[in-house]
Amino acid sequence: MRKIKASELIGPVKQALQEINFDTPAETMESLRRAWKTEVSEAGRGVLEDIVKNREIAAKKRLAMCQDTGMAVIFVELGQEVHIEGPIEEALNEAVRQAYEEGYLRKSVVADPLFDRKNTRDNTPAIVHFRLVPGEQLKLIVAAKGAGSENMSTVKMLTPAAGVAGLKRAVVEFVEQAGPNPCPPIVVGLGIGGDLELAALLAKRALMRKMGQRNPDPRYAKLEEELLEAINRTGVGPQGLGGINTAMDVRIEYFPTHIAELPLAINIDCHLHRHKEIVI
Amino acid sequence: MAEAIKLETPLGAREIERLRIGDKVLLNGEIYTGRDAAHKRLVEQLQRGEPLPFPLEGAVIYYVGPAPAKPGMAIGPAGPTTSYRMDPYTPALLEQGLKGMIGKGNRGKEVREALKRHKAVYFISTGGAAALVAERIKRAELVAYEDLGPEAVQRLIVADFPVIVANDIYGGDIYEEGKKRYRKEPVL
Ligand code: SF4
Repeated sequence: MRKIKASELIGPVKQALQEINFDTPAETMESLRRAWKTEVSEAGRGVLEDIVKNREIAAKKRLAMCQDTGMAVIFVELGQEVHIEGPIEEALNEAVRQAYEEGYLRKSVVADPLFDRKNTRDNTPAIVHFRLVPGEQLKLIVAAKGAGSENMSTVKMLTPAAGVAGLKRAVVEFVEQAGPNPCPPIVVGLGIGGDLELAALLAKRALMRKMGQRNPDPRYAKLEEELLEAINRTGVGPQGLGGINTAMDVRIEYFPTHIAELPLAINIDCHLHRHKEIVI
Repeated sequence: MAEAIKLETPLGAREIERLRIGDKVLLNGEIYTGRDAAHKRLVEQLQRGEPLPFPLEGAVIYYVGPAPAKPGMAIGPAGPTTSYRMDPYTPALLEQGLKGMIGKGNRGKEVREALKRHKAVYFISTGGAAALVAERIKRAELVAYEDLGPEAVQRLIVADFPVIVANDIYGGDIYEEGKKRYRKEPVL
């Protein structure tokens, strides 16, 4: 059995949280540049130019790309043959604390959601999802999710009768209604099937895939492409100012469901698209 | 595209009347930061008849909660937050003379009506371009509600701060216009 001290996670997770706020992976930059080049609306091109320039400044000056440096969302895939010594969630929260304090990242978490809404002042706690998998590996996907796009997300319990056509309509209508709020050009994560909470989790997991990485099932891959095209026909455009680049990508994750259900979760991510995978 | 219009704060009725949706504007002078929690407090203070921490007459409020400043910088990354969350509080502030707001995303019908009625405009700035726009903020000082952390009210001194008019006093809406122009039917 492999042993890992929980405290060994602090350094790598902290570094990942800062990197996703400062740096742009090559494939995201490529998508943004492509959008800038293909955009037909002048206002839309102006926005994309701002976005690209901003990323260059952020990377060079080690500054956050956006003032909303998000709530940390961490997916932990723990190999069953690994023994973690010490409290793992505490270590992850310590990583968040150090990353946000030392990286001049904004602390955007309130302790109580409804009553006093007092800021926790260190951006903790992180939202952590655990999954046990076979093997000796520990994999973490570290993300920073801003409120602008998270607020433009939903779960709809469709009926099986809605079918492919009804599902497509629901997605496109929802994205169009979100309009400028989630900071387009967006990435759309869809969770289809499972139940209420699994659909939402699948939608978020879909956002953690690589830009342009299609679902391995060709039917879902085709659906991703068709939805991307339809969303880009709505005219919403970069920052909602009109144009042909509303979304950079649409990704679907699915799971078996009940004979009477067709859950659909829509989780929108803004153009920042901050996440990174680390293997320990 | 037409050249940007330079404006000094506080804004007056005459300047507001000139503005149309899509106009590029460069703001200069003082603007105040304020977002969810600060708006709630401002409106509560108004309801209690208390004086506000800054004069609203002609003022511009920027919906922003900046990231912390690194040493040697006036302010940290400071881009706009989504505006509709401030909608419930906005008409009351417009009534007191607020003339401009900077944010991102669309406003509700009530706010758009109130803009016409009180002759005020809603500006937008690029969401998620926070390191870029922070370069136009020359100074930042705390005005009120320090306990709110990033949501405290600050006075910012800006130089050629770039914004676009999204809602004017003539009922125009940049998002509706833009979408109409580039929409391809049938969408599905
Ligand atoms: S939606 Fe994303 S880019 Fe827009 S303000 Fe929020 S975190 Fe920043």
